[in-house]
Amino acid sequence: MDFRPHLAIIPLSRVPKSMPKHRGRDLSLKKACAIAGVAESRLGVVPDSTVLTLQAEAFAAALTDAGLEKSDVDGVLVSGAWGRLPQLQICEYLGIQPKYADSTSVGGASFEFHLGHAAAAIQAGLCKVAVILYGSTQRSKQDKYIFQIRNDLGYQYEAPYGLPTPVGAYALAASRHFAEYGTTSEQLADLAVSTRAWAGLNPRAYRREPLTRDEVLESGLIASPLHRLDCCLFTDGGGAVVVVSPDVARTLDKPPVWLLGQGESLSHAQISEMPDLTITPAAESGKRAFAMAGVTHDRIDVTGIYDSFTITVLLTLESLGFCKPGEGGAFLENGRTGPGGEFPLNTNGGGLSYCHPGQYGIFLIIEAVRQLRGECDERQVADAVMALISGTGGVLSSNSTCILGLE
Amino acid sequence: MAEETQAIDPDGDPYWAGAAEGELHYRKCAACDAAIFYPRSICPKCGATDPAWAVSKGEGVVYACTTVHRAPPAFADNAPYTVLLVDIDEGFRMMGGLANNGEGVADIAIGDRVAVTFQDGPDGRPAPYFTPA
Repeated sequence: MDFRPHLAIIPLSRVPKSMPKHRGRDLSLKKACAIAGVAESRLGVVPDSTVLTLQAEAFAAALTDAGLEKSDVDGVLVSGAWGRLPQLQICEYLGIQPKYADSTSVGGASFEFHLGHAAAAIQAGLCKVAVILYGSTQRSKQDKYIFQIRNDLGYQYEAPYGLPTPVGAYALAASRHFAEYGTTSEQLADLAVSTRAWAGLNPRAYRREPLTRDEVLESGLIASPLHRLDCCLFTDGGGAVVVVSPDVARTLDKPPVWLLGQGESLSHAQISEMPDLTITPAAESGKRAFAMAGVTHDRIDVTGIYDSFTITVLLTLESLGFCKPGEGGAFLENGRTGPGGEFPLNTNGGGLSYCHPGQYGIFLIIEAVRQLRGECDERQVADAVMALISGTGGVLSSNSTCILGLE
Repeated sequence: MAEETQAIDPDGDPYWAGAAEGELHYRKCAACDAAIFYPRSICPKCGATDPAWAVSKGEGVVYACTTVHRAPPAFADNAPYTVLLVDIDEGFRMMGGLANNGEGVADIAIGDRVAVTFQDGPDGRPAPYFTPA
């Protein structure tokens, strides 16, 4: 007779799917933390820098923005493919011995994962002031590690075919969406044009001159159907985000920007393993983020969607439910997502036109916070009180979606 | 092209040995019947370990395709060339290239039927490629 039935191995399918309870309440990260400070380092081409100096710049500026001191920081969250043990290197450089650390690294979406993980750590009482950090000198150092074709482990089955990574994988997804739904290069180009128009209003953006649909279509194919101007920039840059507990948030001068909901999802590492090339992991993480925040799409005033490529945005918008499957192309047409459009999207100019130092997700957080605080000058979305950001990493591999708000 | 040499490891060895014999090998789960590709030591559907090896007929349908114009350095001489994702009839998806760099193929599109053929990959070892069926 088994006296310890609770130790029996049960199949995964019997794990309860409902929201877990802890001391009688739903486990949720809603308002478990607030964002108190954000900053970029110098962006674009910054030859007299290193990954460490760029992060130090952003770190100091974000603490100033928050009104906090280095000695207040007790949590550090770091991504980045630089260095041997990047988290140890940056903590040493900055002189921080954090008591909570996370280096989840799932591509450019890592920072939206970090935000959720910082919230969980703060809610559990493991830290009170956590800093999310990123820096890259890929442009100045011509560090093209992300373009190298891997040929080990699972990659050996893709290596013979010369698919450029990541662009080739996104091109495959675009080809599938085009074939299934009749989506066109013109529709994708319209997103690039709208995003460039936002960049024109952002003094920090790398490419600010106006762009036309024809210029996108004539910019040359990289991997069909994606053109050069369907692809993000290749820049240097760094960023920092200071995440604090509610009790710390209430002592600071600037209005706290609360995390209202977060969801995350991992799907695959290689594009041949993606179950459906038109549905990204945002479909799962988005659902969780909306459920946690307890809001519907119509409450979102300003949106930041990871734009490694134009197709990334289209697929993510559909997967998040802002439009139906197949309607993403029409959704992007005619400046709808640009300045003055009904769906303000990537108001800093995005990875397409503002900056893209390898992993872009931290800049989604920075821009959303500035919009909600009303700090965006010419590009300010009027009366924005709630923002959604959605980071996508790898080859449509990972997604974390966060809903942020002033209240 | 030394950096493009494919790793040979115990996980993939039977696959490449199969390719050298002109056969497309995959794995099949005895517990849940899933076709498993890329081949691996555990079933990604149900978690059963050590699935059996099987041989595919190598026929399928193009699921997605792209023509690469800006190629990685080791492949630049071949550009433009086409990369496919193919849904193989036995129930798995794999990446492949067009055989003979697409020579003699006027057009290839999503939904087209294709069949596997084997030719030397960039490291000189035989690898699966596809031709219109």
